Amino acid sequence: MNLQINDLHVFYGKIEAIKGISITVNQGEIVTLIGANGAGKTTMLKTVSGLRPVGSGSIIFDGQDISKVSAHERVELGISQAPEGRGIFPGMTVLENLEIGKYFRKNRKAEMNEDLENVYNLFPRLKERSGQAGGTLSGGEQQMLAIGRALMARPKLLLLDEPSMGLAPMMIQNIFRIITEINRTGTTILLVEQNAQQALQRAHRAYVLETGKVVKEAKASDLLNDPAVRAAYLGTGAAEGHH
Amino acid sequence: MLNIRDKGAEIWEGWNRPTRSTFVIGLIAVVMMLPYAGNFSFTNILNTPISSYQAVLVYPVGMFVLMALGLNIVVGKSGLLDLGYVAFFAIGAYTAAIMGTHFHWNTWECLPLGMALAMLSGVLLGLPTLRLRGDYLAIVTLGFGEIVRIVAVNNPSIGGPNGIANVPNPPKTLGVSFGLDHMESFFWVVVIMILLIIWMVRRFTARRPGRAWEAIRQDEDVAALMGVSTLKYKIWSFSIGAAIGGAAGVIFASKSMYVAPDMFSFNISVLILSCVVFGGMGNIWGVILGGTLLAYIPERIRFISNARQFVFGVALVLIMNIRPDGLLPRKKREKITKAGE
Repeated sequence: MNLQINDLHVFYGKIEAIKGISITVNQGEIVTLIGANGAGKTTMLKTVSGLRPVGSGSIIFDGQDISKVSAHERVELGISQAPEGRGIFPGMTVLENLEIGKYFRKNRKAEMNEDLENVYNLFPRLKERSGQAGGTLSGGEQQMLAIGRALMARPKLLLLDEPSMGLAPMMIQNIFRIITEINRTGTTILLVEQNAQQALQRAHRAYVLETGKVVKEAKASDLLNDPAVRAAYLGTGAAEGHH
Repeated sequence: MLNIRDKGAEIWEGWNRPTRSTFVIGLIAVVMMLPYAGNFSFTNILNTPISSYQAVLVYPVGMFVLMALGLNIVVGKSGLLDLGYVAFFAIGAYTAAIMGTHFHWNTWECLPLGMALAMLSGVLLGLPTLRLRGDYLAIVTLGFGEIVRIVAVNNPSIGGPNGIANVPNPPKTLGVSFGLDHMESFFWVVVIMILLIIWMVRRFTARRPGRAWEAIRQDEDVAALMGVSTLKYKIWSFSIGAAIGGAAGVIFASKSMYVAPDMFSFNISVLILSCVVFGGMGNIWGVILGGTLLAYIPERIRFISNARQFVFGVALVLIMNIRPDGLLPRKKREKITKAGE
C-alpha cells in the first residue's frame, strides 16, 4: 500500500480549495492532516475517496493513477472512508449498515461472519445495538459504526474524517485508542482532525494545512513540541509557562 | 392512533403458510370480481355515476395504480424526483398506436416493444441527467415530459394534435374477448400486471438492488463510499420505472383505441406523483391505496359536477395535513428494537 498525491488542485466552481498539495502515505503508517476550518482537510479526503473530482495533479495508489477512477471503484481498490458527519444510514439497522459496507465484495457471503466478528470485537457496543436503527445511536456509537462499516470492506487504506467531532472527551479517547489498534493490525490510516492534540499523539507523521496548502510536514511527535504548531492548533503555546 | 400498517403486519405474521396463501388467493379473486360489483344491489354503491364503472376501473383506477407502482420505484425506493413520468406512458401508448395501425401488430406484440422503447428512453434521459440531484433532476424530467408531448403535437406523421385513432383492441386471448363491451378483460390484464410488479418489487427490495436504492435514497455520497455504483443503480431504477409506464401506455392505447397528445399532459405526472405521496412513498400497499383512491374518488363524486375538483382538492389537503407521510407510510425504524427479540 502506498498513496502518493502530487501537486493536487481541487476546485469548487471557480474557488480553488486545494492549491497544489503533495503528500505521501506509506504502508502501515497513520498520517494525519491537521489545520483550521476551511484549510481543505475534508476536501483532501473527499478527493482521495473520489467524491470530489481532481482539478489537476495526480493521485497514485499502489502505482496506479486513480484520479479518473470513480468513487465506488476506489473502494474495490482498497480505499474506504468513514465520512465527515459519520454518514450512517439512519433507516437501516446497525447490522444492515455493516452489511452494506461489504456491498461490492465478490465473496461477501464467505467473509461476512468473520468480519462482523472482528468489528464486534473492536466495538462490543455495536453488537449490543445490532438490531437498532442507525439513526437512534448516540454520536459516539455512530462514529464506531462508521469506522466499523468502513472496515467491512477490508481496506488497505482507511480514511477517517474528524472521528472526534462532537464527541465527549471519554469517547474521543476510546475512539483514538481503537484507531491505533486498527493500525496495529496492518491497516494504513489517513486521518483528518481538528483535535490536533489527539491526532498528533496517535499519528506517525503529520501535515499542517492552511487555506489549501501544506505549510509544514514533520514527524507527529516533533509537531507536538513545535511552538508555532502548539500556539496555532493546540491552544497551549502562550500558556506553556503556566504549566 | 391506530396504525393500520403495523396492525396488518402483525396479523400477517401470526398466520401460517396455508392461511396466507388462502388469504392472498381470496383477495385476488375478490379484486378480479370487482368489475361485476356494479351489478348487485348490495355492492352497487361502488358504481360511478355518469362514467361507466367498468371503464373507470381500467382507466383511471388500474392505470394509476400501475403507474404509481412504477413511479414508486423511482421516487419512493431510490429517491429520484421524476416530474415527467407521463412521458413513458405516452411512449408506450404511441408505440401501440403506431405499430397497431400501420403494421397491424397486436397488443401483446406491442407490449414488449413499448416497454423496451420506454426503457431505452429512460436510459437515454438518465445517462446525462441522473448525475444531477434533487431539484435539478425534477426540472429536467419535467422538461422531458413536456418535450415528448410537444413532439407528438408537432409531428404530422403521428397525427399531430389529432393523435391516432382506430388503435386495435387486443385479440381474443385464452378465450377472453376484449372490447368496449368487455372492459372487465382489460381490468384483469391490469391486475395481472400489478401482481407481477408487486412480486418484482418485493424481490428487488429484499436483494442487492433494493439495498443499493435504499442507500442511494438515504445518502448518495455514502452509498458510493460503500462501493455502490450509484449511477448504474439510478439508471436501473429509472428505466424499470419507465418500462412499467410504457406497459401501462400500451394497454391504455389498446383500451381507449385512440391516443392524442393532450392525454399526456403534465397533469398526469403530477397526479401519479400525488398517488405515491398520498398513499405513502416507498410502501407498495400505500401506493396501491393512494392510486386507487385518487383515481376513483373524483369519478365517484362526479354527480356534484363543478364542485368536484374543489372537494377533491380540499380533501387531499386535509388528509396530507393529518397524515403527512401518506395513508400507509413506509416503516420508519426509529423505535428501539433489540437484536434477537
